[in-house]
This record gives sequence, structure tokens and C-alpha cells, in this order.
Amino acid sequence: MHDNTLSLFAGIGALLLLASVIGRLLKWRAGPGPHAVIDNLNARINAWWVMVLVIGIAFLFGKYGVIVLFYGVSFYALREFMTLTPTRRSDYPALVAAFYVALPVQYVLIAMDWYGMFSIFIPVYLFLLLPILASFGGDTTRFLERASKVQWGLMIAVYCVSSVPALMTLDIPGYEGRNLLLIAWLILVVQISDVLQYVCGKLFGKHKVAPNLSPSKTVEGLAGGVALATLIGALLCWITPFNFWQAALMALAVNAMGFFGGLVMSAIKRDRGVKDWGHMIEGHGGMLDRMDSVCFAAPVFFHFVRYWWA
Amino acid sequence: MLANLTAYVITSAARLITGARALWLGCTPEPVQRLYFANHSSHGDFVLLWASLPQALRSRARPVAGADYWTKPGIRDFLIRQVFNGVLINRQRDEGGGNPLQPVLDAVAQGDSLIFFPEGTRNLGDEPLMPFRSGLYHLAAAHPQVELVPVWIANLNRVMPKGRALPLPLLCTLSFGEPMHLQADETKQAFLDRASQALLNLAPKDA
Repeated sequence: MHDNTLSLFAGIGALLLLASVIGRLLKWRAGPGPHAVIDNLNARINAWWVMVLVIGIAFLFGKYGVIVLFYGVSFYALREFMTLTPTRRSDYPALVAAFYVALPVQYVLIAMDWYGMFSIFIPVYLFLLLPILASFGGDTTRFLERASKVQWGLMIAVYCVSSVPALMTLDIPGYEGRNLLLIAWLILVVQISDVLQYVCGKLFGKHKVAPNLSPSKTVEGLAGGVALATLIGALLCWITPFNFWQAALMALAVNAMGFFGGLVMSAIKRDRGVKDWGHMIEGHGGMLDRMDSVCFAAPVFFHFVRYWWA
Repeated sequence: MLANLTAYVITSAARLITGARALWLGCTPEPVQRLYFANHSSHGDFVLLWASLPQALRSRARPVAGADYWTKPGIRDFLIRQVFNGVLINRQRDEGGGNPLQPVLDAVAQGDSLIFFPEGTRNLGDEPLMPFRSGLYHLAAAHPQVELVPVWIANLNRVMPKGRALPLPLLCTLSFGEPMHLQADETKQAFLDRASQALLNLAPKDA
């Protein structure tokens, strides 16, 4: 593992330790008995320890570790998405193709480094194949709606998520052998932006930014969170192929995409009448609740890096 | 030994594939004699309900299953008798005129809990629930002390649609409702309607 990776994880560990201490202090000050916000905060921090540990283990195994990790992320995200979007009996073949063909093939293509195929496999081939499979069922009820849902789920949960490990396939001159750090930078900046938006919103939040879509998001949280996360992204330019200002602009771009991703995914949840996508991450909700911003940030980041640096 | 191992593999697989989340909304998983009655849309229904009970309750909770499907010699027979300890009933009234519910009544008299599907057969239509057959009423009338717990099994019909071999890994939720009893001077139809409504109330609202 690269020296930079170790110092990065040490830094994250220190940050989490600080967060845990603050969380325990808040709990101690609030006294015994349940306190919804503080208990949720502590559950979130604990879950972060686990998530950082899992990512760290995947990094130990390098490229294939990261591919397997995000294969799992995609699987859980796709499962949450398809569970929440109603389909009909004749969508079964399309769903089988999504879970058992599209998902593994996409990750195999990334492991094979086959950019020409993994970048169009789902948006072109599956886009055409899935409605063909659905049409065999002979059921026309809400046909377009159903076909769109399966395609949309695959795009978000598989295609977009797979853009993260796809960063391993980029050959960036002068950055050979360090692509893992690019993944670490992307996840760190996007997730810390979520965290800081949450913290700034809880501390200073007054004006709701999109009351219909996501009642917990505020202008103050958005501005403070994105500004701080962009600064952190820029200060971490030493682990990236970017200079300070390039890193700042990239961080701003992924943070903006991440924020809008949160809004879009929130709109879907509201429409389906649920607060969370799932329950697998204590305090956070489901996999998609944690990944919504990454889903929107990763593909844009991948193509920006590929266009300008690789 | 083989039966225990098979039970372990089956319950683990069922939970792994479906994420089976049990929501105890109207009661807690206590070791009292109960009749869990649920919607029936897949062969996997009772396996999932059985798997989602805590170990201590599971060993006393026996699924009621159709003899016509399960008594084919071989794996089915082993599963239903040795693994699930099921109670088999003849869904078609036989010529002998015996009470088809008798094995179920015997099991309840022994103190066993049951997993029961009052629709009688799998619901493959678009309606969320088919009309209940009278079995639930007769059981409630014969053993009024038994708690009748409605359990809505959500999504399993999408995990394993009829006639498909490969399950889809979608998430299933089991909602356990409030225990109910047959009320004094309640007619059969009124009771079945009330039970059916109690079960439907647990179903997630769909857009």
C-alpha cells in the first residue's frame, strides 16, 4: 500500500476518533434516556467506523478488492431500488437479467479494463434488451413506466456506482499505481460534504432549500457543507493528480452533483412514501441513502478525469 | 441431525436472499401458543415466516400444508415431515366425509403453534387477498385461548413468482399484527371479514 494511503487512513481514523469523542460527550451532557438526534449521530459515527474498515480492507486487496467491494455496493443498492419500485409479474425476465447478467457483467468488463464496452453496456445494450424481455410477457399495463424503472435502477445502482472502481482503469501520466488514492479522494470528498452539510444544517440551518423534496436540507447546510468540503478536497490535492485549484474545482463539481443526487433520490423516496431506502446501515438507512450522492458524482468525476488527465 | 442441518441451511438461505425483516407491530415474539395466519402468494411463504421467528418459537410453530403437494415421496416428504414438522391436510374433502381440519385441531390441542394460510391456496391474481375459507373460524371456535396473529408477507410473490425457479434477491418484510380472538356471538362471516381486514391493514400501501 502506498505511503499516502496509510497517512490518509490514519487521518480519517483520527477524525472518526474525534467524532466519537464528541458524540460521547454530547450524549453524556444530554444525560440518561434517549435523545433522538444525539443517538442517531452516534449510530452514524459507529457505522462510519465499520464503513471505513470495510473500505480499508478492500484497499488492501488493490484493484480487485475495490471491484468486489463496489459489486457488493451495487447489488445492495439495486436490491433496495427494485424492492421499492413496483413491477409486474411479466417483468421477471428483465429483473433476472438485471441482477444476474447486467450486474456481474458490468464489473467483469471493468476488471477487464474494457472501456469501450463497460461505458455503453448498460446505456445501450441493456437499454434495448430489457424492454424486449419485458415485451415477451405480453402485459402492456404501464409498459413504458415499468421498462423505465428497471433501466433507471440499473443506471443508478450499477452503472453510476461502477464508475468508482472504473477509476482504476485510467492511465494518468505521472500518477501510475496510485489510482486507489483517486477513489479515496472522491469518496472522502463526497461523503464529508454530506456529513458537513448535515452538521452545518443542524448547527445553523434556517432556510429550507427544497422543502418538498428533502425537508432536512437547508441553504445554510448546503453552503457551509459544500464550501468546507471543497476546501478539504483542495487541501488533499497532494493525493491526486490535480493541483490545488484543479482539486478545488473538481471537489466543487462532485459536491454539487452529490447534492443534486441527494435531492433526486429523495424525490423518489417521497413519491414512494418512505423515508429511507433500506435499513442495512444503522443510523443512515439503506445503502442507497449513503450512496445517493456518490451515484451522481462518480460518473461525472470519472469522465472529467478521463477527458482532462488520462 | 440431517433435518436440523437442512433447517439451518434453508432458513439462512431464505434470510440471505430476501433480507427477511420481521416487524413485530402488534405483539412481541413471546413463547405463547399462537396461530400465525398470513397471505399466501408463493411456496416460499411458510418457509420465510418460519425462518423469521426466533429459534425458540420456531421449533413449536408448525406450518399447515396441503397434503396433495407435499406427500410426494422423496425430498418434499422429508422436508415437510422431518425439517418443518408440518401438519398436512387434505384440501379436497375426501369421500370418507372425515373432518379435513382434524390433524390441525389435534396439533392445536397438543399445544403447538401453527402457521396457517386462510386463503387455502396461493393467490395468483391481482387482488391483494382472496376470500378466507372457513378453516380459520373453526380453529378459532374450537380453541378460543389461542392467539390469532395476522402476518403480512410483503414482496415474496415478486421474489419467487409462480412457475419460476430462480429467486430474485428482493427484500421482504413480514409485519406481525395485533393478536385477535373470536368474539362471543360473532358470526362466521363477520369473524372471517374481521380477520381478513386485520391482515390487509398490515399490507404496505401501494401507489
